[in-house]
Amino acid sequence: MNNAEQGSMGLIRPVSIIGTGSYLPERILTNAEIEKMVDTTDEWIVTRSGIRERRIAREDQATSDLAAEAGRQALEAAGVAPEEVDQIIVGTITQDMGFPSTACFVQNLLKARNAHCFDLAAACSGFVYALEVGRQFVATGAVRTSLVIGAEKLSVVTDWTDRTTCVLFGDGAGAAVLRSVEGQRGILGTVMGSDGSLADLLGIPGGGSRHPASTKTLEDRMHYMKMTGKEVFKHAVRTMSDATLQVLKKCDLTFDDIKMVIPHQANIRIIQAIGDRLGLPVDKVFINVEKYGNMSSATVPVALDQAIRSGRVKPGDRVVLVAFGGGFTWGAMVLEI
Amino acid sequence: MALEDKVRDIIVEQLGVNADQVKPEASFIEDLGADSLDTVELVMAFEEEFGQEIPDQDAEKLTTVGAVIEYLKGKNIGD
Repeated sequence: MNNAEQGSMGLIRPVSIIGTGSYLPERILTNAEIEKMVDTTDEWIVTRSGIRERRIAREDQATSDLAAEAGRQALEAAGVAPEEVDQIIVGTITQDMGFPSTACFVQNLLKARNAHCFDLAAACSGFVYALEVGRQFVATGAVRTSLVIGAEKLSVVTDWTDRTTCVLFGDGAGAAVLRSVEGQRGILGTVMGSDGSLADLLGIPGGGSRHPASTKTLEDRMHYMKMTGKEVFKHAVRTMSDATLQVLKKCDLTFDDIKMVIPHQANIRIIQAIGDRLGLPVDKVFINVEKYGNMSSATVPVALDQAIRSGRVKPGDRVVLVAFGGGFTWGAMVLEI
Repeated sequence: MALEDKVRDIIVEQLGVNADQVKPEASFIEDLGADSLDTVELVMAFEEEFGQEIPDQDAEKLTTVGAVIEYLKGKNIGD
């Protein structure tokens, strides 16, 4: 009997994150440097976003290069060899190219030759979505080991002439290795949602089948991220707050059972507004947005990796991951470290 | 509680200002120290308190305390 058949017979296993990793490009772009590029000030950026600096990948680094570094570190932390990886899922909106998938490039870089590989597009929710997809495969026994990565090179889709958005984004990657481990509960529950009626509020309009790349799309700067900031802010605050409460309810838990909430790091004001709504003390919310800005799908796994490596969360602690992004898409997950 | 009082309380809570600063002619940004995201959070608070969605194009016009009260009255809130 192979693993897939066990799955089809309903033997659902618990799924744990057995290792995490992250990669942040060395180059730090500070607000002081951005002051020289567009009409803005450090004070304006900090009060509106909480961001003080962000990382920028080198010209010769594509998203897969960032993803592979994070993936390699996660495999090391997990004690898993590349050839043991059965599946690689990369959540990204800045794939290396139209196709092949970024995940296939990551596979090659890691020499994870036994894996099947694909990308998942859910914008800033990409990592939470990809974790849940990976969990499903491991839970059913369809695969033993899934490597889930959130990676972005947003600096190439950031409009560096738009002072309202260019201050917000950065590059990076984070990864997690999933397996079922005897005696561990791992991921306790997930909620996911989408609202395609609000798709126009956040995205990269050009370069796909709707607006194929042309001199016109270039002139109209349609290959850069466009965001209706105020609307996105409103939806992000409400939706992440609701999703957090929903996933706790689904798991029959309260905040007393949770060591830390790790929200998508888009903007300190969004994080603070969520904390206020949920009545969370400051030390229960993980924040690193000041150092990296919004790295879309990479923010949650980088934050999770830092929370674990810094000892702020320890084995047995429960954390909530919650994210919201273009689509709109959102997801929240409770997991036991 | 009258509509005006509810609106005032929300502004005091959201912006951390004194109640006596919340005059009808007071501008959120110029007089009450709000920035653009504070005004978004204010609109969210009004929406939630009064169960009235305030579309972005309407919200942009609500720059003063009095404008908010007039807008909500126009939606038959507070009658």
